[in-house]
Amino acid sequence: MGRIQLKQVRKTFGKVEVIPPLDLEINDGEFVVFVGPSGCGKSTLLRLIAGLEDTTSGTIEIDGKDATGLPPAKRGLAMVFQSYALYPHMTVRKNIAFPMKMAKMPQEEQDRRIAQAAAALNLTDYLDRRPGQLSGGQRQRVAIGRAIVREPSAFLFDEPLSNLDAALRVGMRMEISELHKKLATTMVYVTHDQVEAMTMADKIVVLQAGVIEQVGSPLELYRTPRNKFVAGFIGSPKMNLMEGPEATKHGAHTIGIRPEHIDISKTEGAWQGTVGIAEHLGSDTFIHVHGIPGCDPLTIRAGGDIDVRHGDTVHLTPQLEHLHRFDAQGLRIQ
Amino acid sequence: MARTVTTNRKLINTLIAWTIGLLIFFPILWTILTSFKTEAQAISDPPVFLFFDWTLENYAVVQERSNYMRFLWNSIIIAGGSTVLGLIIAVPAAWSMAFVPSKRTKDILLWMLSTKMLPAVGVLYPIYLIFIQLGILDTRAGLVIVLMLINLPIIVWMLYTYFKEIPGEILEAARMDGASLKDEILYVLTPMAVPGIASTLLLNFILAWNEAFWTLNLTAAKAAPLTAFIASYSSPEGLFYAKLSAASTMAIAPILVLGWFSQKQLVRGLTFGAVK
Repeated sequence: MGRIQLKQVRKTFGKVEVIPPLDLEINDGEFVVFVGPSGCGKSTLLRLIAGLEDTTSGTIEIDGKDATGLPPAKRGLAMVFQSYALYPHMTVRKNIAFPMKMAKMPQEEQDRRIAQAAAALNLTDYLDRRPGQLSGGQRQRVAIGRAIVREPSAFLFDEPLSNLDAALRVGMRMEISELHKKLATTMVYVTHDQVEAMTMADKIVVLQAGVIEQVGSPLELYRTPRNKFVAGFIGSPKMNLMEGPEATKHGAHTIGIRPEHIDISKTEGAWQGTVGIAEHLGSDTFIHVHGIPGCDPLTIRAGGDIDVRHGDTVHLTPQLEHLHRFDAQGLRIQ
Repeated sequence: MARTVTTNRKLINTLIAWTIGLLIFFPILWTILTSFKTEAQAISDPPVFLFFDWTLENYAVVQERSNYMRFLWNSIIIAGGSTVLGLIIAVPAAWSMAFVPSKRTKDILLWMLSTKMLPAVGVLYPIYLIFIQLGILDTRAGLVIVLMLINLPIIVWMLYTYFKEIPGEILEAARMDGASLKDEILYVLTPMAVPGIASTLLLNFILAWNEAFWTLNLTAAKAAPLTAFIASYSSPEGLFYAKLSAASTMAIAPILVLGWFSQKQLVRGLTFGAVK
């Protein structure tokens, strides 16, 4: 079980309100990602769930029971920190055993769970080393191992991959996703990286300034962003947002079109512009086009084999079925 | 460009360092040398440096006249007891200041340190009266308490700086893992701060060992430590430099040995966190 409900949860630090009253429901077994720019309150929200911060008002229910006043250890949750927060003076074995030791679990059971976790996380050969002798990825796995052995009702991850290099990050991302499939335990994951959010989540919670902008599956957010902020935040490269006459033509204050939803041609199209920078990634080419009114530069995602250079004149046509329309408040027009 | 240090420059630096080192060490060396001289040679003018009749007579006399072991034992109990008691009080205090600071934490730390700026003699009279009232004058327990209080600000300050270096996330992880406050301090914080705690312990032990003002004023015969033992040889009966030196050497020998063996730990602890 691992159902978490936040009801009118509010948090202030002194006079600053970092999270205005907020409701959120996390279902059992779900992989939920909190995503947003830095300082949006996503980590604070996670720490409120963990019990490392006290709520100013509102209630947090875990599995239907009020957990608002419970200390962290009594909530049945396990947390993986950004810095891994391993105990440097203990071996890997002792690090993993620590929560079980605190719970006064019988030694045989402890050994069994350590062996199981170590096997699952490829740590068997490292059990007698100290964290200082491990690589970043291994440390991360130890931190996850320490969380697994408690068999918590939910896992909380606070930007767990941001200290790893790019290659390792992709690997660990998959490992965590696989772990979720295997354990089917609720996971709440905080990141500022929308790629992590898109690839791992069942449900994404987009936050800005402590306010939930939208909750939905990755594709829901991609296809029908509720407002301009979500539209710009989800998707890479970012959605192009245009204002002015072009938007008015479509009966909106702002229109949005994703880089992958614009056709490019050298001869004809709706808009004409000049190529600024073309980023050739091999599989794709990101082209920044200048000179189109209402949006400068406009980004286009084209195939990897397209031959465009700085200064070329190109013609662009948006795919109208993928056009997003927003009103003056930035909200989506259906 | 990397800074180049010429051989000449190195040589000069080494010479200067040695000169300063020897200057600082000279009084101790002189005391040790004097302890092996006869009383006449000890006050001879011009002073003799190495070429004198080496004798152990002073040590024999000192041993005969006073019970060295009793003073030594008192010193160990007073210095050790005040250090241990100080740590027991200072670890939780430094923990709370480092990890759950309030708006006034910095002020409290400064205020604690400011008590060290007060001349000790300023509070001698009240403390003396309190000691009489409580009946702890000339007791080891009384001295343990007073020396602990005298050094507590330094212990708290040192531990506070070490604890500040420990990332808060690790303690939060312990809390998530089900550690109570006691477990957190016992299993996580203290082992991680061992180098810091060890050097605090050593420094405090040395400070308490060498403390003379309170030990001389609040003891008579029963609880007198080695500082009183030295003082008893600068007596009004006349100056016995050689015997005074022998007593001093015997008093500082244990702490010198301790300091020698723990110098690595001391240096590491005192520069902890300075370079990172």
